Formats: sequence, C-alpha cells, structure tokens
Amino acid sequence: MAAPKKLGQQTVMFQNPPVIAATATIVGPKEGQGPLAHTFDKVVEDPYYAEKCWEKAERRMLEEVMQTVIKKAVLAPANIDYLLAGDLLNQIISAGFTARSLGIPFIGLYGACATMYEGLALGAILIDGGFADYVVVGASSHYSTAERQYRFPTEQGVQRPPTAQWTVTGAGAALLARTGAGPVVTHATIGKVLDLGQGDPNDFGSAMAPAAADTIVRHLQDTARGPQDFDLFLTGDLGIYGKGLADQLVRERGFDIGNKFADCGTMIYDHQKQDTHAGGSGCACAAVVTCGYLMQQMLTGKIKRVLGVATGALLSPLTTKQGETIPVIAHAVAIEMR
Amino acid sequence: MDFVKAFIFGGLICVAAQLLMDLTSFKVTPAHVLVGLVTTGVVLSALGLYQPFVDFAGAGASIPLTGFGHILAQGAIEGVKKDGLLGAFTGGAAAAAGGITAAVVFGYFAALLFRPKG
Amino acid sequence: MPVDPNKPLEIQKKQYQQMVNRAKPRPPILRNTFWAFIVGGIICAIGQGFLNYFKGLGLSALEAGTASAIVLVFFTALFTGLGVYDEIAKYGGAGTIVPITGFANSMVAPAMEARPEGLVLGVGARLFTIAGPILTFGFTFAWLAAILYYLFT
Repeated sequence: MAAPKKLGQQTVMFQNPPVIAATATIVGPKEGQGPLAHTFDKVVEDPYYAEKCWEKAERRMLEEVMQTVIKKAVLAPANIDYLLAGDLLNQIISAGFTARSLGIPFIGLYGACATMYEGLALGAILIDGGFADYVVVGASSHYSTAERQYRFPTEQGVQRPPTAQWTVTGAGAALLARTGAGPVVTHATIGKVLDLGQGDPNDFGSAMAPAAADTIVRHLQDTARGPQDFDLFLTGDLGIYGKGLADQLVRERGFDIGNKFADCGTMIYDHQKQDTHAGGSGCACAAVVTCGYLMQQMLTGKIKRVLGVATGALLSPLTTKQGETIPVIAHAVAIEMR
Repeated sequence: MDFVKAFIFGGLICVAAQLLMDLTSFKVTPAHVLVGLVTTGVVLSALGLYQPFVDFAGAGASIPLTGFGHILAQGAIEGVKKDGLLGAFTGGAAAAAGGITAAVVFGYFAALLFRPKG
Repeated sequence: MPVDPNKPLEIQKKQYQQMVNRAKPRPPILRNTFWAFIVGGIICAIGQGFLNYFKGLGLSALEAGTASAIVLVFFTALFTGLGVYDEIAKYGGAGTIVPITGFANSMVAPAMEARPEGLVLGVGARLFTIAGPILTFGFTFAWLAAILYYLFT
C-alpha cells in the first residue's frame, strides 16, 4: 500500500496541516539598515552582541529567538516536544549549544542555507504524524563566523567578485503547533541533491539555481498545481543572478512564475547602497525573511498562499580545495493562510 | 623622479596580479598571488634578471613581494659564495629576517591589542 | 532544465555552464586594474620615501630596504588592527595584496581573529595561515637556486 500522505515523487501532504503559531527574528546591524528592517523583532547593533567572540554572538541570537518564539506562543520550553535547529558552523555548534541551554529534546539539522525549510518540513511531518504537539524550528548564521570558516579572515584585504553574496547575521525561529490560529503548512517537498558541475565558491547562486528550479517544478507536478495557485514563490538565497537562472530553468520546464518570484537574498539588503554584491545568503537569510517579512504579509492577508523554497550549497572549504564541484539542495514548503 | 619610477613599476606589478585574479574569476586567491610573486621573484633573481629592476625602480621593485623573493634568492646565493653549501641553508633566511621578524612580532602584538570589527 | 533523467548528465552540465556564462557578470576589470595601479603605486612610492630617508641616514641599500619594509609592516599591522586595511583593499584589490603590506596583512588578519582560540593554537598558529605557504615556497626556491649556483660554479 502506498504511503497515504505521500503525493507524487517527493511531496507530502498534511492531513491536519500544522499551524505556524508564532515566529521570532533577530538580526545584526547591516540587516537593520536594509529595506526589511521593520519586519524584524530585534536589531542588534553590536556584531559581538556583547559576547567574547562571534560564535558566541550567533549562539546568543539563536537562543534568544527560540525563547522569544516560545514566549510569544504563551508556552514554556517544557511544553515543546522537539527542537529542530541547525546552522552553518562545523558540527552545527550554534544549534547544539543552544539546545544545551533550552532543555528540549533536540534534533540537529544540516541543510546549509536550506536548514530552516528542512526544519519546517520535518517539524510539520512530526506533528501531522502524531508524534508532537509543538515543535520549535530555528536556524542562524553570522557574517563573520561564516567568512572565517568558509572564506577569508574578515580583516584580510580581499576583493569580492560581483557574484559573491553577503552572509546574513541573525536568527529566525518558528513554532509549529497541532492546532491554533495562524498560517498553516499544507505540503512539503523534500529536494534531491543535484550537481550541475558548478564549482565556483564565490558564486553559490549559479550552483543552487538548478536545485531550486528542480524542487519548484517537482512540487507543482506532484501537487498538480500551477503558478496561478500561488501568490508568491519565495526562494532562500539565490541572489540576483541565481534567481534569474532559476526563473529561466523553471520556464524551460513549462511554468511561468516570473512575476510571482521573489528571493529572500535579493530583498534583505539594498544592493546599491550596502555593497552586498549579489545579495544575502546564509541560514539566517531564508529564516529571518520567512519568519519576519513573509509572516507579516500572511497575517495581514496580503499573501494567501506561498511556496517557500530554501536552497543550500552542501560544500565545505575542504571539498573546494580538493577540486570538487558543489552539491546543492532545495526544500519547499507550501504555506497558506486560511 | 625615483618616486615616479617606484609608483609606476610597483603599480604595474599590481595590475598584472589584478588581471590574474579577475580573469580567472578569483580562482587565484590572494594566497596564490603572494606565493606566485615570491616564487617568481626568486626565479628571476636567481637568473640575474631582477637586480636591474631594483636598480631602476627602487622601492617599486623591492616593496612588491617579488622583491622579497629577490632578497631570499640573493641571500642564499651570497651565502653559498661565503660559506659554501651551508650558506644555501642560512643565507636566504638571514637576508629576509628583518621583514619576517617584523611581520611576526607586529602581527602578534596587533592580534593582542585589537579586536576585529567583522 | 532541472535534471532530466532522460538526458546524460554531462550534456546537461555543459548546457547549464553555457547558461551560467551568459548570466554571470564579469568583474569590473578596468576599474579594478586602475585602482590596483593607483593604490599599489602609492604604497611603493611611500616605500621609496622611507628608502630614501634611511639611505640618507647612511644605511646601505640592503639595510635601507629592510628598514623601510619593517616600517611598512608596522603600519600595516596597525591599520589592519584598526579595521582600515580591508576597507582600502575593497578598492585597491591587488594593489593592497602585492606589496609587502599585503604579506603583513595576511599575517595579522587571521591571527587577530583567532584570539578567542588562545595564544598558542589561536594567534600563534594562525599568524602563518598564508605567510606559511609564502615562506615555504620562498625558502625552498631560494635554497634550490643556491644549490644550483653551488653545483654549477
């Protein structure tokens, strides 16, 4: 017998769609100067957030959004069944150390910049499967911790090519509940890992665009829906050039999403003024724009149904040095306001 | 006049390195550029081709990292002339010791005194 | 063209590469090289100033060269610490990498970031992240040159 909630090849449909009962966001100074500043709960002006090092600052941000989102839903950590979280740092230390202080059963995730959506999909599966009442999902990134680990020391004199993206400093969290008021998660499409031979570590957009396109097309085919069924297709951090490529790839497959297509990475900064080149990136990019901007738009009724698609580049500095190309992934979650 | 010569010659080496990075879409990183320059400097110097540049452009040839390679190579060769085979092991490092020690010591203190802005 | 199971992946990779090449912006080469020339030139001219000054004090050409390099390294460490050097490098590009100041910057920058990891395995080790390869290649090739000189003269 086929799995009753599975739809098509890669999509699941939730019988009792889990509710996004609350979200919380926190961002760093640069994001606080960007066009979406008003959609975030808190802007921290100090990139160290009064901690000794950036890693601790990132951790503190993630911990704070977790606590805020639980508080917003008028719950306590003891009420939460699972904590699903991840980040970009080696051994996902931001998530692991955050879980240490929260005391919630923890499932660590790594999906690079797609982590938030991997969490939303898994959280919804846990709840609709009857394994949980409340699940908290979160992800974080920090410009300086990511630069340190993936690229160059921040004070080193390096020029960034036009395709480079700027890692978002911040953290976002969402609380999924079995019942309640708010936008609901209706479907999730788990992406396949692709690799179309792109190896430039300064151009994740071109590497990730095929994954985004593949998951979008797969979702539409699995659910027998079309672009007309959605108000918005929101990708995580393709950036300016990656978004253009993804748009083209989806079009080649017979779907025109052009005028409904937005990318968190192109929205979070003012590229002319903020010197961010191709746009934002990092786990926090999709997380804070989804938990901030998107939730506001849905709660005020401006957007009814959205397909959120976060992309991740599953490389490490080691694989780049060893001459490997970049494997990429994209997970999609359909969210609607009922 | 020596300022103009230093400016132009030094600037041109930088232009070459910039083109190398831009035209390879940044696969050539700053580390590759620096290593490449030192090696080039050593090779040119050993062939006797770098000293004329230093005579002509002064700091324009000695300040770029090719000049560092030049000092290493000349030091090692001078070492051989003076001390024979042992000089090959001591000459290069001795000639470049000033710059290296300065970079280590000042780098260490800067790391202690300052906190990166991020 | 999300991966089509009916077509060989290698062909799709090629097609996609062509698509990326069309979309990918080129770095502003003219602007970059212009600023590399100006900034690199200025740093060398400043070096010439110190060189002349130390020669004026009666130092030999070699000694004056070392002394001016030390002064430039000092100021680079200072400006890197103050967070100014990477801002200049945004425009200067190779102009800030190629001179000895770029060497100094590549030592200070990783070291100061590694302060939270301690003095030995943090600062001490990371000073040589990029300086290490430079010294490795510089020493090795200079040694080779000297050995060849020894053998053939």
